[in-house]
Order: sequence, then structure tokens, then C-alpha cells
Amino acid sequence: MHGTPAATTPAPPWEDLLTTALLGTDRRPLPVDPAGREAPVALLDAAAVAAVRRRAGLRPGRVAARPEPAPADTRPALPPAAAHRLTLLLADRPGGGGGRRGSTPDLTELLPQWLAAANAHGYAAPPQTLPALLDAARARTDLRPAALEFAGARALWLARLNPDWRFAQRSASGGTSALPGTEDGEAVRKLWQEGLFAERVALLTALRARTPEAARELLAGTWSQERAEDRLMFLDSLRAGLSADDEPFLEQALGDRSRNVRATAAELLSTLPGSALAARMAKRAATCVALDHTGSAAAIVVEAPAACDADMERDGVTARPPTGRGERSWWLGQLVEAAPLPTWPDRLGGRTPEQIVALPVTDGWQAELHAAWCRAAVRQRDARWARALLGSPSAPEAGGPGAVSLADRAKLLAALDADERAAWVAGFISGHGLSEAFQLLGVCALPWTAPLGRAVVDALENAREAGSYPWSFSGVMGLAERCLDPVETARLDSLPAVPDEREDTTPGAGGYWAEAFQRLATTLRLRAAMVRELSPDGP
Amino acid sequence: MTQQGVRRTAEQVLALAPDASSRKAGSKLGVAGPWSGAGSGEEGVVWGLCKGSGSKPYQTVVDLSDPAGPAYKCSCPSRKFPCKHALGLLLLWAGDEGAVPASATAPDWAEQWLAGRRGRAEAKKTQAAASSTADPEAARRRAERRDQRVTAGATELERRLADLLRDGLASAERAGYGLWEETAARMVDAQAPGLAARARELGAIPASGAGWPARLLEECALLHLLDQGWLHHDRLPDALAATVRTRLGLPTPADGPSLRDRWQVLAQYDSADAKLTTRRIWLHGTDSGRTRLLLSYGAAGRAPELSLPLGMTLDADLSDHPGAGQVRATLGERHAPAAPAASRPPGITTTEALTSYGEALAEDPWLESVPVTLSAVVPVPDGDPGSWHLADADSDTALPLTPTFLTRPSLWRLVALSGGAPLTVFGECGHRGFTPLTTWTEGGGEPVSLC
Repeated sequence: MHGTPAATTPAPPWEDLLTTALLGTDRRPLPVDPAGREAPVALLDAAAVAAVRRRAGLRPGRVAARPEPAPADTRPALPPAAAHRLTLLLADRPGGGGGRRGSTPDLTELLPQWLAAANAHGYAAPPQTLPALLDAARARTDLRPAALEFAGARALWLARLNPDWRFAQRSASGGTSALPGTEDGEAVRKLWQEGLFAERVALLTALRARTPEAARELLAGTWSQERAEDRLMFLDSLRAGLSADDEPFLEQALGDRSRNVRATAAELLSTLPGSALAARMAKRAATCVALDHTGSAAAIVVEAPAACDADMERDGVTARPPTGRGERSWWLGQLVEAAPLPTWPDRLGGRTPEQIVALPVTDGWQAELHAAWCRAAVRQRDARWARALLGSPSAPEAGGPGAVSLADRAKLLAALDADERAAWVAGFISGHGLSEAFQLLGVCALPWTAPLGRAVVDALENAREAGSYPWSFSGVMGLAERCLDPVETARLDSLPAVPDEREDTTPGAGGYWAEAFQRLATTLRLRAAMVRELSPDGP
Repeated sequence: MTQQGVRRTAEQVLALAPDASSRKAGSKLGVAGPWSGAGSGEEGVVWGLCKGSGSKPYQTVVDLSDPAGPAYKCSCPSRKFPCKHALGLLLLWAGDEGAVPASATAPDWAEQWLAGRRGRAEAKKTQAAASSTADPEAARRRAERRDQRVTAGATELERRLADLLRDGLASAERAGYGLWEETAARMVDAQAPGLAARARELGAIPASGAGWPARLLEECALLHLLDQGWLHHDRLPDALAATVRTRLGLPTPADGPSLRDRWQVLAQYDSADAKLTTRRIWLHGTDSGRTRLLLSYGAAGRAPELSLPLGMTLDADLSDHPGAGQVRATLGERHAPAAPAASRPPGITTTEALTSYGEALAEDPWLESVPVTLSAVVPVPDGDPGSWHLADADSDTALPLTPTFLTRPSLWRLVALSGGAPLTVFGECGHRGFTPLTTWTEGGGEPVSLC
């Protein structure tokens, strides 16, 4: 606005009044006729006239540049009940309260599920929720891909106007809407040549999903000019749709200047069972592991490599072990990890993976060898080997520090299909309780299968009856709130009742358990309501 | 009153909350889990039992039928008002029809409270009728004494302003806050809260950033104008004299003519200081085209009683407060339950908005802003970082947004809703710029609050 007064009578310039006012009428003469009044009063009179005159004469300012309009969002709008729910979920910011969780649901924890469900329906975000969605995505990186997908192209438009949301521009997943069609060769080349790093990663990922060889050729064209950390990210995008066709390119990358790039290329090649690298690693690994027939029963004998030669290094073996590890066992681990698993039945007398895992290993090499096989099973997504290494969930050693650690078991579970994974974890919980189960539950698919859910609820009930406090299980309880299938709510209805305190129970625990179960049931009902609200037929 | 008339949306319920933490706590209770025995009656009464941490559930009941605003009762020990249980119950009612069945009779504990409340309301009415016949002579003497004290206060304030201008405003920066706090306290003693508030604001200006001397001189001059208005109010036209009384914060009963209209709720927002929450509700008369302001107050921690959901229309009587250019009114009788508004208020351009502010200043020179609805405006970033305009869609004219609005999250709601396209925006337009309060997108649909 411009304060141009509509001058009808001559008035002292505002600047003169202001200067006198700043210095004081005792130090500077009055720029107006005092008309018989005291100088300060006359100054205030004149300033009052000028102030009202300025305000009354205000005119709008001018603008030149306007932002380009945001692209239209053609996705269908949320049903009203779902839109209200979103408002509530976004209003519940973490940070308040703390301490004991009480009996009410933790809405913040439900936002990821809500977003995934809304995205599955393909709804558009209500525009007024975009700032809150961007703030949520900014605060929680785990939320970012889903929140940005739901927020859509208008959120990216908005993020360009606010430096707080600059992350959205860098986020590859949010940028896909602006990508050229992969068939538009000219636009693809232009973006690849001139785009920001995030845009280029997004482009490469999108192209790889559609036509893997085109993506590889695009990358090969500029490979030598890319920076090392960029090469690493680009190489990673080849994981999707990896095939034998990629082998020559990856073989070439084995000679890369960057050690991380070399290691990643070697890792990718080792997951291609027919690759020359896999064959080389199989050959090296096989020389280290053999059947030993000298004893009364069959056993595995291990002879770790004596040196790490240049060829091994070129194939991705890291020569220097981390502090505290022996060189030879370090090399062995890397060879076995990268060797195709079908190597072993051939090498070890035609035994099945189960039989091989059951074989004793001489001279204390078992932990080293089994751990390497675990990594190989995970890397090569080999369900048979994963199953063999996991063993029976109810076996006593599964619960304790066996040859395979819980962390390795969690990774192995990921190589199984969802139902088998859930069944294994359910078996584990039935046999060993909940205290070690958290990590394993984390890799199970949502919502939990009925047997898994039942195993968890039963185990929680057992823990209550055993007199434990519920906060010993707060991690599992929190998972259960997010992951139990809402159809299980009915089974929980009998649980919240405060049980009688017996002499052998922990004082006061009953009330806390009641509260925890109540929160669990409430959260499940809320999740069921969320799903209903998002269905296009309404709640 | 039917259920349809009083049922609130989740946003409207959340607007009843006294503060953000209540909103959060209430949201968590807006699900079926902790509730039992919930129900609602024909007249807009909702009740339910909420399981807390203790063995006995809390008894919560809300009465939305009272024209004076919703009333709440809960057996929980919270001092928040309404408490999280009342908010949760209303949210449950808003979101899940099945969870709060409409049943004809309330349980005894709810019925007792309702009956007691209605009895008290009747008694209050009778009492009010009786008090109007109180001794008029005593009231006149009280008013006279008060006027004398205000005159003494205004005279003292004039002296202080003159001293300041004699020494120069530059000394105000050194004097700091204390001088004006003390002056404000003197004005409170003089029973002139309007002068006290303005004096207190003067104290904040030297710390308000670049250009403060000009702002300080303007505000000193307008305060001087108000003092002079009071000291010579017997020579002013009646309407302007009434405006001066209002600006001084002297009681001005709503004795203006009563106007029945279909009043559309354009905005409702609260501002709070340590002792008081002030709620402003802007209404627009669908037939008369007038815009009116309702004020209601609540002690700290309590939401003011009157709450009108955005976007609803009330068929009701409003009576204006006296004074030239006054927009303040008091809500009288309501003739029908509130219904969703069918249309949006007619809008004007940015140029017309400033013209209407300029014209209103002629009747009330102390006016900070006027309520206007801008049609077809686009939020446009200014060259300066963090500074935004509302620009007319069809020309290059634009109003700056006020600095207070620029720091609010709702700035980004406004920008997101626009997406570069024109909006209709209701707000307050004054010499500091435009403060958006409510917006409607071109596609139609519900108004969105920016308060």
C-alpha cells in the first residue's frame, strides 16, 4: 500500500512532523502554526490529522509476478468422514505429554497406515491439509514417501514457496509426477542431462521399472562423468529388474575408482547365479569348505583362505577386516556370502540345505560359516536356505543365542513369503514368549495373520498372569496396536476387566494391564473405522 | 430443535476447545472405545459415560439447545472448560452415528443436571426483569462519578503525551516498557480500560522493528485524539460521542434497533491474554447485507460460552451497540435452528475494500480495520521473503497481508487452497493490511477457517 494522502489542504509533510516528534518540541521548532496551543499539543493535533488522512487515503499496491498455477489434481476427493479423520490425525502432534501412555490411542502412530490406505484408494489430499502433511513429512522421514504421494503435485508446488519444505523437492518419490513419459526420448535425455540429482534418480528408477535396458544405457552414457556418490546411488537403482543383461556393465563397474561402487557392483553380480563373478566366488568358496570323512560321522571342515589376492579384491572382497576380526575368517565370510547357494549341495554330497545346516562343523567354524550362509540366503532371496537356517521356531536354541542371531533370523524371515513368515514368528512366540520377539514381529506383514495375532494376544495374557508389568512389553503392545487385524477386537473385549489381585501378582499391575488392553482395543476399533471411512461407499 | 440442526462437524467441535492440548486430548477420546451408555436427545442434548483411569467412569453431558451457547457438565476433575471428555463425546457424536444412538430419555444423572440448569436459566430471566427496575437515581450518580474519574484519567494522559513530545520520541526508546505500564495502570484506576489498553500498546512499539517512530507518533496522536474526544464529548454529535465512549471501554448497552435476518457465520476466533479469552464472531445478514460482530468472553482456561459454527446460518434478532460506524451487536432471540448456509457473501475488489475502510474512518477515526469479503483474489508472494499479498485476479492491484497473519500456519492453508487460482476471502482490512479469516474456493463447497 502507498500512503499517498489525497491532498486538499496544504499540510506539513509527515516527515517534518516526525522529525520534530523524535527530537522533541523543546529542541526543534514546530512545522505547523500552533494556533495558540502548547507546542506538543499542536504537534499531536497535526499528527492526528495526518494519521487519519493517511489511513483514509490508502490505495492498493501493485504486484507484477504471480506464481504459476498448481497442476490440477484429478484424483477423487476423500469421503467427508475420512477427511475429518485426517484432520484429527494431523492435529495429534507428538511431543506433548510423555510419560505413561494411558488408555487412549496414539493417533500419530496411525497416520502411516491411514496414508497407505488412502493412497491405495488413489484419493487426492484436501488442499487445506497440505501444509500439515508437509510438516509431518518433514518431521518424520519414515512418513515421507507416503505423505508426499498423497499430497501430490500441488504439495510440490507449495513446497517451492516455503524454504521449510525444501526437502520435498529433493525427495525422489515426490518428484515422479513431474517426470516425462519414459517413451519421450528427447525429454528423458534432457532431464537426464540437466535435471537435479533427485529428479535424475527418480527418472532412472521410473525408466528401470519400465524398460530396464534403456535405463542401463542411459546410465552407461554418462557413467564416467558422474561423481562417486552419485554413481553409487545410480548403481543401486539397477537392483530393480536386475538380469544377466546387466552383467557386462557391472563387470566393468568392478574396476571403478570408488571402493563403494566396486563393492555394490560385486554384490549385484553375486545375486545373479549365472554371472561369471558368481562362478568365480563359488570356485573360491568351494575350495575352503569340504566334507570331512575321517570321523565316525560326516562333518564339515573349513580351511579359510590364506591370502586375499588382487583378483579377489577386484571381485569385491574387502581385504582389511574391521578391528577385532581375524583376516582369514573375514575373507572366508565374504567368499561364502557371495557364492551362489546351489554350490553347496553339489559340494557336500548332494545333501539338502536342512541336512547341510545340521552337519557339525569342525574347529569352531560353525558360527562363521552359518552367518555367511544367512547373508547369502538373504541376498539371494533363497527361501529353502532361509527355512533351513531358521530351523524350527519352537526349538530351544531358537530363543537363545544359537548359531544364528535374532537379527539374522529377522533378516532370514524376510526371504520367506508373508504367511510362512507369520507362522514362524507365531510359533516362536508360542514357544519363547514375547521378550525376544520384537525384532521378529517387525518384519511381519500388516495386518498380522490370525495365527500370529492370536499368538501375540495369548502371550500378552500370559505375561499379565505371570505378574509382569505391561511396560515391559510396551514395544510389542505398540506394534500390536498398529498391526493386529481389527477383526481381533472382539477377542480382546474380555481382557480389559481388572482382574482380582492375588497374593502372587505384582501390586497394581492389573489396573495398568486393563488400561493397556483397553488402549489396544480402542486403537483397533479406530483402525477399523478408518478403513470403513476410506471405502468409497462410505462408512 | 432437531438433531440435524445442532449436530456439529468434527471441525466445529474442535473449535469449542479452550486450547490446543484440550483439542488433542479430546480428539483421542472421540472414539467408541472408552464410552458406554452414550445417547442423544431430541433437543440437542448428548450424554455418555467415559472410562477413565479410575474404576468409576466419568459422567459427561452436553446441552447444545441453549441459544446462549452450549453448556457442559462432567464429573471429571478437570478445570478445562469444556473438558476433554465433553469434546470427545461431541466428536464421537459427530463422527459415528452408531456410537451415540438417539434415544428419547436421558439417564437420571444427566436429567437432574438439565433440569437444574433450566430452572436456573428461568430464575435468571426473572431476576434480570426485576433488576431493570432498580433505583435509576443511584445509577445516574454512579455514572457521573465514573465520568469524573475518566476525565481525570484523560487529562493526566494528555499531560504525559505532551511531556513525551516535548522531550522527543527518541526518549521513549530509552524509557522502555515501564513508563507505559505505569500509565496503563493509572488508566485502569481511572476506569478507562480503552485508554489503558492503548497506553500499554504504546510501550510495545519501540521494540516493533524498523519504522517504529512513525508508528509511535501515529498511535500517540490517535490516543490524543481520543482524549480530546472525551474531554469535549458534550460538543460532539451523539453518534460520535457514543463511539468515543466505546473506544474508552465504557459500558454501552446494545440499545440499538433489533434486526431480524438470516445471519451467516463468517468467522469465529479467539484471542487470549493472561486473564481473559475474547471470542469474536463475524456474521453477515443474508437479506440486509450488513456485517456484524458478536463478542463474548471467558475467564482464562475457559472457552467463551457463545459458539457459532462457521458456515451455518441463524435466523435471529441482533441488536446493535450505539456509536457511529459500530459493527458490534448482541445476539437476541433465535427463531429457528441453525442451518448450513446456502451461499457465500458477495465480494468486492481490493480497491473497494480500502475505500470502505477509508469511509469508515470518517465515522470512527480509531478504527483498525473493517470486515470485508474479497472476491477473486490470489495470494502472491512479495519480493521480500515471507511477505505476501492478496492480488485481484483481474488486475495488478493487491493488499499486503498483515504481519501477524504472515506468521500463522493458516497462511500456508490459504496458499494451498488457492494453488495460484482465485479465491473468495473474508477478513479484516485496515491500515496494517488484510487479515484473512475464512476462505471459499472457486469450485464451491464449504468455507475453510483461517483463524
